Amino acid sequence: MATKTIKINDTILDFDENLTIIQACELAGIQIPRFCYHERLSIAGNCRMCLVEVVGGPPKPTASCAMQLKDLRPGTNGEPPQVLTNSEMVENARKGVMEFLLINHPLDCPICDQGGECDLQDQAMSFGLGETRYTEDKRTVEDYDLGPLVETHMTRCISCTRCVRFTTEVAGIDQMGQTGRGEDSEIVTYLSHTLDSELQGNIIDLCPVGALTSKPYAFTARPWELQKTDTIDVMDGIGCNIRVDSKGNRVMRITPRENHLVNEEWISDKSRFVWDGVRVQRLDTPLKKVDGNFMPTSWEDALSIASKRMENGNTTFVAGDLVNVEALYTASKLSEYLGSAKILGDLDTSCHLNERSVYVGNGKIEDLDNMKNIFLLGTNPRKEASVVNARIRKAWINGADVYRLGIQENLTYDVKELGVSLFDLQFFLDKMGSKKSFWTNAIFLVGYSFLSSKAADTALNTIRSYAEKFNAKFLVLHQNASAVGSLDLGFETDVKVKQELIKETKTIYNLGCDTLEVDQGTFVIYQGSHGDKGAGSADLIFPSACYLEEDGIFVNMEGRMQYARKAIQPPGKAKENWKILRALTEKLGFVQNWLDLNGLRNALFDEFPLISKPGEIIEVPWKAVKKQKKLNSKTSLPIYVKNYYLSNSICRASKTMGSLARARNSLNLKKAS
Amino acid sequence: MLKEKDKIFPNIYGFHDRSLKGVMSRGVWVDTKAMISRGSDDIIKTIKDSGLRGRGGAGFPTGLKWSFMPKGTEKPKYLVINADESEPGTCKDREILRHEPHSLLEGCLLAGIAMGCSAAYIYIRGEYVREREQLEIAIAEAYEKGFIGKNACKSGISFDVYSHHGAGAYICGEETALLESLEGRKGMPRMKPPFPAGAGLYGCPTTVNNVESIAVVPTILKRGSNWFSSLGRKNNHGTKLFAISGHVNSPCVVEEEMSISLRDLIDKHCGGVTGGWNNLKAVIPGGASVPLIPKSVCDNALMDFDWLKEQSSGLGTAAVIVMDQSTDIIKAIWRLSKFYKHESCGQCTPCREGTGWMMRIMERLVKGDASVDEIDMLIEITKQVEGHTICALGDAAAWPIQGLIRHFRNEVEDRIMNYSTRKTVQAAE
Amino acid sequence: MLRRLSEDQPEEFSFSNRNLKWAKAQLKKYPKGRQASAVIPLLWRAQEQEGWLSKPAIEFVANFLDMPYIRVLEVATFYFMFHLKPVGSKAHFQVCGTTPCMLRGSEALIDVCKSRINGKQHSLSADGTMSWEEVECLGGCANSPLVQVGSDYFEDLDKDSFEKLISDIEGDKSPVPGSRIGRFSSEPSNTTEKYGRRKLSNENASIERYRD
Ligand SMILES: Cc1cc2nc3c(=O)[nH]c(=O)nc-3n(C[C@H](O)[C@H](O)[C@H](O)COP(=O)(O)O)c2cc1C
Ligand code: SF4
Ligand code: FES
Repeated sequence: MATKTIKINDTILDFDENLTIIQACELAGIQIPRFCYHERLSIAGNCRMCLVEVVGGPPKPTASCAMQLKDLRPGTNGEPPQVLTNSEMVENARKGVMEFLLINHPLDCPICDQGGECDLQDQAMSFGLGETRYTEDKRTVEDYDLGPLVETHMTRCISCTRCVRFTTEVAGIDQMGQTGRGEDSEIVTYLSHTLDSELQGNIIDLCPVGALTSKPYAFTARPWELQKTDTIDVMDGIGCNIRVDSKGNRVMRITPRENHLVNEEWISDKSRFVWDGVRVQRLDTPLKKVDGNFMPTSWEDALSIASKRMENGNTTFVAGDLVNVEALYTASKLSEYLGSAKILGDLDTSCHLNERSVYVGNGKIEDLDNMKNIFLLGTNPRKEASVVNARIRKAWINGADVYRLGIQENLTYDVKELGVSLFDLQFFLDKMGSKKSFWTNAIFLVGYSFLSSKAADTALNTIRSYAEKFNAKFLVLHQNASAVGSLDLGFETDVKVKQELIKETKTIYNLGCDTLEVDQGTFVIYQGSHGDKGAGSADLIFPSACYLEEDGIFVNMEGRMQYARKAIQPPGKAKENWKILRALTEKLGFVQNWLDLNGLRNALFDEFPLISKPGEIIEVPWKAVKKQKKLNSKTSLPIYVKNYYLSNSICRASKTMGSLARARNSLNLKKAS
Repeated sequence: MLKEKDKIFPNIYGFHDRSLKGVMSRGVWVDTKAMISRGSDDIIKTIKDSGLRGRGGAGFPTGLKWSFMPKGTEKPKYLVINADESEPGTCKDREILRHEPHSLLEGCLLAGIAMGCSAAYIYIRGEYVREREQLEIAIAEAYEKGFIGKNACKSGISFDVYSHHGAGAYICGEETALLESLEGRKGMPRMKPPFPAGAGLYGCPTTVNNVESIAVVPTILKRGSNWFSSLGRKNNHGTKLFAISGHVNSPCVVEEEMSISLRDLIDKHCGGVTGGWNNLKAVIPGGASVPLIPKSVCDNALMDFDWLKEQSSGLGTAAVIVMDQSTDIIKAIWRLSKFYKHESCGQCTPCREGTGWMMRIMERLVKGDASVDEIDMLIEITKQVEGHTICALGDAAAWPIQGLIRHFRNEVEDRIMNYSTRKTVQAAE
Repeated sequence: MLRRLSEDQPEEFSFSNRNLKWAKAQLKKYPKGRQASAVIPLLWRAQEQEGWLSKPAIEFVANFLDMPYIRVLEVATFYFMFHLKPVGSKAHFQVCGTTPCMLRGSEALIDVCKSRINGKQHSLSADGTMSWEEVECLGGCANSPLVQVGSDYFEDLDKDSFEKLISDIEGDKSPVPGSRIGRFSSEPSNTTEKYGRRKLSNENASIERYRD
C-alpha cells in the first residue's frame, strides 16, 4: 500500500493513496455531505453534493467521492496537495446543488415517511438557502407498484441511482434502471415488474430520500417515537445484526446494523419484514389437551402435568430452529439430570456430528472476500443465506470462480457445475487434487443437502482433507439460527439415532420444532411462541417468548456467539424460554446452582468456553482427518426443501411473508408457462 | 482568401470525381506507406510542430494528446473518431464524411498507427444516415484496396476501421459519453480521471478526436508542419472548415485560413450579412455553446481560438451563427436553452435540474414575464451549473445565457418593462 | 419529454432473414464479449423494419445481444431517434427547430406541420399516414431550415417548398432529397453554377448518386 500525504484544510496527513477524498476526509474526522456515494456501491458521482476544492487543481470544485488521492497533483513547489472542505467555493457549490435538488422535490416532509431520517431534509437544514427561488411548476412523476415490500413516491426521487446500483451490483438482478433522459428521466423497474430478489428491502435504507419506503411500515410511526434495540436476527443461520424499532409493545420495523464480519450492512427481506408475524398466532397462555381439545390452564397446573410425565417415563428433548442457547443449556442440564436424550429437530444427517471443526469448519463469512475458488456443495445460498449469497456474488464480481454440486437454481452469478452426486465431486477433486495454488484460496460451503446425503461422513472428511492439506477453507451453511448452538451443546442429528429415540420415547419435550413427526401415544410437551404445526400436535403447551422478546445467545453458522436482546414484552402469560425450563427443573426437584440469567450464562460459559466471547469466533482444534475412501455414490444429493418465505413458524404467521410467497409462486408459474 | 492549392479538402462540396480514382488523383492514399514508415515518433512530432489544435471544440493540441497514449501496453489501443457533430450551427464534419471520407480514413490509419492503435471506430450521429452510407462505401473501398485491414498499405501493420452510429443524443459528442454509447449504454459522461488515454473504450487506452482533426493529418504529413503552421496566427494554425448559418445571404461551409477576420469570412463567402454589415446584431462564433459577440466585437473579430477567447467567447467548432437586427435575440438564446434542456443526459443534479430551470426563466424572459431581479438570479443559476457538473454540457448551457445578459441586458430589461406596462394598461382598461 | 413504451404492442418481433444476417455480421465489429456495443445499430434496424420500436423488438434485441431487458429499455428511451410508438406510415417529418434553423424560418415549417398533419407533434394525421416532431439541431445548419424524413434531409426549405414536399409524399411521389433551392451541397448558393460541372438537377443531389 503506497501512502500519499495530503493537506486537508490545514492538517497534513498520510493516507492510502487509493482512498478517495471523501474517505480520507472521513478518516480525518470531516464529514462531507453526500447523496449518491455509498461505501458498498460503485461510484456514480452524480449528485454533486460532495464537491470540495482542490487547491492548485482546475478552478472548479471536484467531486470528492470520485477523486482518488493518487490523482491529486502536488503544488508547484512539491508541497502536498491541499483539499479544502469549507472554502467559499465549496459552500457555494453545496448551496447550489442543494437548491437544484429541492426545486423539483415536493416539500411534503410532514407527510413523508422518511421525515425525521431523511438525508435531504438534514442537509437542506445545513446547506440550504432556507427559502425557495423556484417559481416554475414542479415536476410530477408517476409511481409504480414494486410489490408488497417497497412503496414508491417517485416525485421525491433525486436520481442518485443508489437503488439501481444496489439491485444490479449487490442483489444481482438486472431489473431496475433509469429510463429517458434529462429532467424527465425516471427510475423504474422493467415494465414495473416486482423485483425478483430476497434483498430488495435494502433499497429502502439506501434511498436517501422518501422515494422508496417500506410498505408494511408506511405511516405507522415517526422515527422519534421509536424505541431502538440492537439485536440479532434468527431467520437464517447468518446471525445478521439488526436494529428493532418498537413503539409501545409493538415492533414497527427492523433494519440492518453494520457488521462487516457478518452481514456488511444488508439483511434479507425475511429478516426485515417478518415482524408482523411476531404479533399473530401467538401462544399466550398454557394449554392442555382435554378430550382432544386445548383448554387454557395455569402455569402451575401445566408445570405439574409436565413434571409428572417426565418423572415417570423417559423424555426426549427436541430443539427447534429458533431456540436460544440459554434455553438449550437449561434443557440440556435437565436431560442430563433425567438421563434422557436430546436431539436437533430440524437437521437430519447421516452421521454423528460432534466436532466444531466438522459441523462448522474453519471458514468465516469474511473469508469469501479473498477467495478465488468457491465451492457450493448441496446448498442454495440465495435462499438459505441470502446475505452470504450477496457476498459470494461480490467475490465473483472480483474474479472468483464459483463451482456447484447439487441444487441448480439461479444464484445471481455464473457457476460452474460439478454435477449432482458425490461421485461427480470426487471426479473433480481427483482432477484438480494436486494443484496447490488452486486450493489455497478455495472455500467449500457445505449445505444441508450435502450433510444429509448418505455418505456425508466420508464426504465431509474428504472435503476436510483438502482443507487440511492445502489450507483451504470449509464452512457449513447452517440454515437455522439455533443449529450451531444445539450442536455445541451436544444435540444429536444422526437420523438413525433420532428415529430410534423418537420411536422409543414416551414423552417428547419439544422446543419449538414444527417438523417433528411423532407416533400416536407419545406425550408431547410443546414449548414455543407460535401456534404452528408443532403446537397443534402437542398434548401440553408452554407459551414462550420469541426472539424479539427475550435476551438470548445465538451462535451463527461460523460459530460466532452473539447476543439477541429483548425489544418488546412477550404476550399474555408467555414467558422467557429459560425461565420455563428453570421452573420445570425445580418442579422436578433438580437444583441448578444459578437463579438468574447472569448465573445461567456464567455456568454456560464455564462449561462451554467456545461460546463465551460475544461477537467472536473462538478457534477450535482441528480434528485430523483419517485416510478416506473414495466417494463413489452416483445418486443425486437429496433435496432439502424449505419454502423460503415460509421457513419457520414466525414467517408462516406473517402476512407479508405469505403475500411474498404467493407472489413468488405466481411468478414461477408465469415463468413456467 | 485561402488559395485553392492550400485547401486540404478540395472536394468538400462533392463536385469533383468521388470515385477512388478521383480521390487518389487528388493525392489521397498516394504516399501513405511512406508516411507510415516515418515512424510513430516522427508522425507525432510533425503534428505537434504543425500546431494543429483539435477541431471538436476545445482546441486541445492534437499532437500532445496523442503523446498521452501509453506505449507498449498489453491491452489493445483504440482511436475513436468523434463524428457526432450535434453542436447547433455545426455541419462541417458532415461534408468530410460524405464528400471526403477517404481523407478521414487515411488520417485514421496514420494517427492510429502513430499511437499504436489496433482499430478505429468512427461514431457518427444517427441522423447522418446518408453520410454513414457514403463513409461505409469508402471503408469498403479502402479494405478492398488493402489500404486498411491486415497489412494496411503493405506496412505490415494491421489496422481496422469500423463505422458505428448513435440515435439522437447530443451528449454523445462528449468524448466519454460517446465511449459509453459505443459500449452499448446510455450516453452518460464518465468521471475523469481516469482519462480515455488511460482507460477508454472497453477499458483500454483510447484517443478521441474530431473528424476534421484527423482528416487533416495526411495533408499535414505530406506538406510538412511548416506549411501548416505558416497559416493562421501564432498558436492558431492551419486551415479550418467554417460553417456559417443564420442571417447571411448565402450560408455555407467553407475551408479558410485560421484567424481570418469574421467580416471577410461573411462578406467573401456568404454574400454578406442580410441587409448589409450594419444590419448585423450579433454572432455566435463557435457553435451554440459559446457566448455570442455583439456587432461591435464582430467588427474586428478574428476567427481563431485565442482571439475569441479574449472576448470571453470561443472558436468552438467554428460554427458561425449570424443574427441580424431583425433577430429576437432573447428568443434565439432561449431556443438554445431549450436545446440544452432537451439534451441533458440527466445524470448529474446541476445539469438535470438547472437546464430546465434556466430554460423556463428564459421562456418568461422572451415574453418579458419576469422581474428585473430575476435576471441576476438567472445569472446566479448559470454559475451554479457552470463548473459543477460531470461534463462540459453544464458549462455549454450556461455560457450562451451569460453572453446574452452580458451584451444585451438592456434589451432584456426593456422587454420586462414593456410586459409589465402592457399588463398594467390592460388591467386599467 | 417522458419516454414510455406504447400502450398498444404487437405480439412478437423477429428480424427478417436479411436483417438477421446483417445483425450477426455487425457483431464482428466489436471484440468478443462486447456484443452489447451493437445495441443501437440493432435497435435501429428493428425500427427500420417495423417503422417504430416495439416492446417485443426491444426484448428481441436484448435476447440477441444477451443483455438484460432493462438495459436495452434504458437505451431505447435515452436516444430520441427511437420511436416508441407508431409514426406516420408514409412519413414522419423531423423538423429541426434549433436556433440556426429558427433564424431561417423553421417556425413556419412547424406551422405547416400543425395545419397539415396534426396540431400536436408525435401524433398521427387523421389518416395515419403522417406525423411530425420538432427535433434538435440536425447538423445541416448551412442548409437551414431543414427537415429529415426517414434517412434523408430536405434542405433550404421554406413554407411553399415544404408544403410541396408534403403533397408529394402524400401523392406517393418520391421526392428527391437535398436542397430545395438547387444547391448541390453546402456550397455558397452563388457558386453552384460555377462548380456545376455536372448537371445539377435535383436527381443529381449528391446523396442520391452514391446510393447502392
Ligand atoms: C456536450 C459536448 C458535446 C460535444 N460534441 C462534440 C461533437 O459533436 N463533435 C466533436 O468532435 N466533439 C464534441 N465535443 C468535444 C469532445 O468531447 C472532444 O473534446 C473532442 O471530440 C476531441 O476531439 P479533438 O481533440 O480532435 O477536438 C463535445 C463536448 C461536449 C462537452
Ligand atoms: S429512488 Fe431513491 S435511491 Fe433510487 S435513485 Fe431515486 S433517490 Fe436514489
Ligand atoms: S456523493 Fe459525490 S457526487 Fe454524490
